[in-house]
Amino acid sequence: MGSPLHLSRRRMLALGAGTLAATTAARFNPLLDAESQASSGSVTDPGTDGRIVRSACEICFWKCGIQAHVQEGRITKIQGSPLHPLSNGKLCPRGTGGAGLAYDPDRLVRPLLRVGERGSDSFKPVSWDDALGHIASKLEDLKKKYGPETLALFNHGAGASWFVHLAKAFGTKNIVAPSFAQCRGPRDVAFDLTFGAEPGSPEVLDLRNSRCLVLIGSHIGENMHNTQVQDFAQFVANDGDLIVVDPRHSIAASKARSWLPIRPGADTALLLAWIHVVVHEGRYQREYVERYASGLDELKAHVAPFSPEWAAAETGLDAAVLRDTARRMAGAAPAVVIHPGRHASWYGPDDTHRSRAIAILNALLGSWGHRGGFFQPTAPKMAPYPTPPYPTAKPPADRLPGEAPFALEPLTQGVRRATIDGNPYPVKAWIVYGTNLIQSLPQRAETIKALQALELLVVVDVIPAEIAAYADVVLPEASYLERYDDLLKVSWRRSGVALRQPVIDPPGEAKPGWWIARELAHKMNLGQYFPWKDVEEYLRERCVKSGLDFDQLKRDGIVLSPEKPITVEDGLALQIATESGRIQLSSEKLQKAGFDAMPVYRRPAQPPAGYFRLLYGRAPAQTFGRTSNNRLLGELTHGDRVWLNAKAAADLGVKDGDTVVLVNQDGVKSNPVRVKATERIRGDCVYLPHGWGHTSRGLTYACGKGADDSALVTRAEVDPVMGGTGMRVNFVAVRKEA
Amino acid sequence: MRRVMVVDTSRCVGCEACVLACKNENRVPSGKYRDWVVQESRGEFPNLSLEIRSERCNHCSDAHCVSNCPTGSSWYRYDGTVQIERSKCTGCKACIASCPYGARYVNPQEGFVDKCTLCVHRLDRGQPTACQEVCPTSAIVVGDADDPRSEVSVMLRRGTAHVVSPEAATKPNVFYVR
Repeated sequence: MGSPLHLSRRRMLALGAGTLAATTAARFNPLLDAESQASSGSVTDPGTDGRIVRSACEICFWKCGIQAHVQEGRITKIQGSPLHPLSNGKLCPRGTGGAGLAYDPDRLVRPLLRVGERGSDSFKPVSWDDALGHIASKLEDLKKKYGPETLALFNHGAGASWFVHLAKAFGTKNIVAPSFAQCRGPRDVAFDLTFGAEPGSPEVLDLRNSRCLVLIGSHIGENMHNTQVQDFAQFVANDGDLIVVDPRHSIAASKARSWLPIRPGADTALLLAWIHVVVHEGRYQREYVERYASGLDELKAHVAPFSPEWAAAETGLDAAVLRDTARRMAGAAPAVVIHPGRHASWYGPDDTHRSRAIAILNALLGSWGHRGGFFQPTAPKMAPYPTPPYPTAKPPADRLPGEAPFALEPLTQGVRRATIDGNPYPVKAWIVYGTNLIQSLPQRAETIKALQALELLVVVDVIPAEIAAYADVVLPEASYLERYDDLLKVSWRRSGVALRQPVIDPPGEAKPGWWIARELAHKMNLGQYFPWKDVEEYLRERCVKSGLDFDQLKRDGIVLSPEKPITVEDGLALQIATESGRIQLSSEKLQKAGFDAMPVYRRPAQPPAGYFRLLYGRAPAQTFGRTSNNRLLGELTHGDRVWLNAKAAADLGVKDGDTVVLVNQDGVKSNPVRVKATERIRGDCVYLPHGWGHTSRGLTYACGKGADDSALVTRAEVDPVMGGTGMRVNFVAVRKEA
Repeated sequence: MRRVMVVDTSRCVGCEACVLACKNENRVPSGKYRDWVVQESRGEFPNLSLEIRSERCNHCSDAHCVSNCPTGSSWYRYDGTVQIERSKCTGCKACIASCPYGARYVNPQEGFVDKCTLCVHRLDRGQPTACQEVCPTSAIVVGDADDPRSEVSVMLRRGTAHVVSPEAATKPNVFYVR
């Protein structure tokens, strides 16, 4: 609903009228009198059912199964596919509003070539042949001049696979995604160091069987990861013990048995105290830890000083509550999940440690591999399409010697730096696929500096986000509802292989990613890497080699693998995939590399007087900034308000609904944004849903709506372990604007 | 048969998928709504509670909209739901004024009054309502309150159900449980 304010006003008005009318209302009991009334008219069927196409969503990275209804070539509605285990017939608001992306009148529909200065946002439409010819000849020139590694690919989403393949064939390893260093990197590295495996995407959490769930900043329900929300609701309905740690009274917090409104940045202190209680009160899963883990004695000594009383001072929470919550978790073990989170690049040097502490607590409680904890899916078999081996390529340019030794993927901000300073070699061309780097990277001034240093910037996208304005060539892609992508791996309770396939035709001259990458390859004499005639031939061949029925895949959108045991309780033989074969409570690898082997808490800098810590997160109808121009989703509650504690607002003379600007510690001002003055947040921070405040004139619906948190992230603290950029280190003042 | 809706507010996360699924299913015009989500926060930091309700026409058994409709356009179906016969509606808005819930709107293109039908066109085909079908938290259940074995009857027996604005005395058939 658009505006709650509007609603309540309407309700108040209506209520007055209703009460008056109530005095004259005739009594009627439908149980007695139904038939006579029923005969007086019909009910119109709006007729939105149509031909069903089953495919996979890409409104976010969860990739639920969808079924789209099509009438005369137009999508009338999109539902969750009942055949797909990630959707179970249900869907989040964003996926439900997917047609709003396909029919966005601001879609990119023709290839564009820059005519003005870089960043001036002036282009002329050109043919595909000219656009791709221009890119191919420019890339070949740059390859001759600097070597193939001068090309970097920034990407996000399943559709990027064709361009990843193209970049590797071209001879570069500079393939980066903000989803690592700006998002889940610290978590993945920490779990990898601890268990030898990552929590996965979707996270392999057996929430529907959990007895206790601990969320640390995760705001399930505001981030609408469909399956996880389904399981979360089931967990709540099962009367599971929910413990939520969040400076904000999130939707999840409102359902918790205990809400811990922690001082922002003190999470690792809290976790150390929980580990302290579990270890020192002997509440860990003794048999499990003895059998699978190593380093308990070191851990015990390490956490000795971190009592709940110590943590109480750091976190602003009550020591008795810390002790009680730790005991409750232990009481529920092993059917307990301390949620690994997803976006984990918060404070930089603290991040891998915090995520390690989460992993360690899970290990002590035996949740890894147990029912109600972290299950262990078996990935489906998927044979590759045979293509020649990639040429040998130089290591990526992102890290200088000694930097971030535990990064699992190359770092976006490292490639950005190399583009600016040319170290260790020049990076002169970027292909940007499906990610708006202006909003998805911190320190925007650096991003723009890098963009200005490029000799070629190609942007492949469906809508003209801010990054497109800087491009030399903009390539309009078919949306996820208009194209095939590569086969999609589904690793879940029941795994499988899913298909994205076209539901409707793309608008204008927009083309699918597979076509764009293939054409480009052929223009650069890399045709041998794309030897297939078209994508159907490619997919059919992969299916044959993988023992899958392509026609079944087209019909159902998914082919499920046989059921396998996923927890110890179902007969899983639990294997720990670390090098030692044991869960690393104390990490030998970290120690060898000169880092702390066990989590250490460092108090982040606190906001100066007059400033609030800038926190950001999700609103249910929003994925990054990608959905803010979607007019169907625009029918729902806009998340474009800044949350400010009611008392702090009163002190500033700001009322709910007032328009303010946020000014950060470096003097950067946000767009005007309306205030949500609320009791539901601490007084030392503000909260801004991410992805608003677009400035691209091409996004005619979203431009100017709300404030952009990422513009205010002028500072980032880098995690020396894995190179994540902690972004919750910025402070803002709230200024009233006339 | 008495069709009712029971919404479990402890499951609901307020994502508004129900709002959009309804708009898609029923071609609800832009800016108009047949269902909406209300979040009611109570208390002071840090002692807070929040109720999230997916709201819509309550298909009241004593519906002011039906009794105040001068043309008989608003009517009770055999299943207890309140429906609108478009051909009889003159757009006089007496029903809009008398609805305590703000559940009705004027169709901007054609002038008739419209609102939630409880997706009876779907229920008649054996499908759930669009809002129930989409709901990721399975918070919404529609069924026959006259059947003691139905899921809604079980939910209504389980705990205290409440309705929105009971003071309006309309006997609403959308219930909220937790």
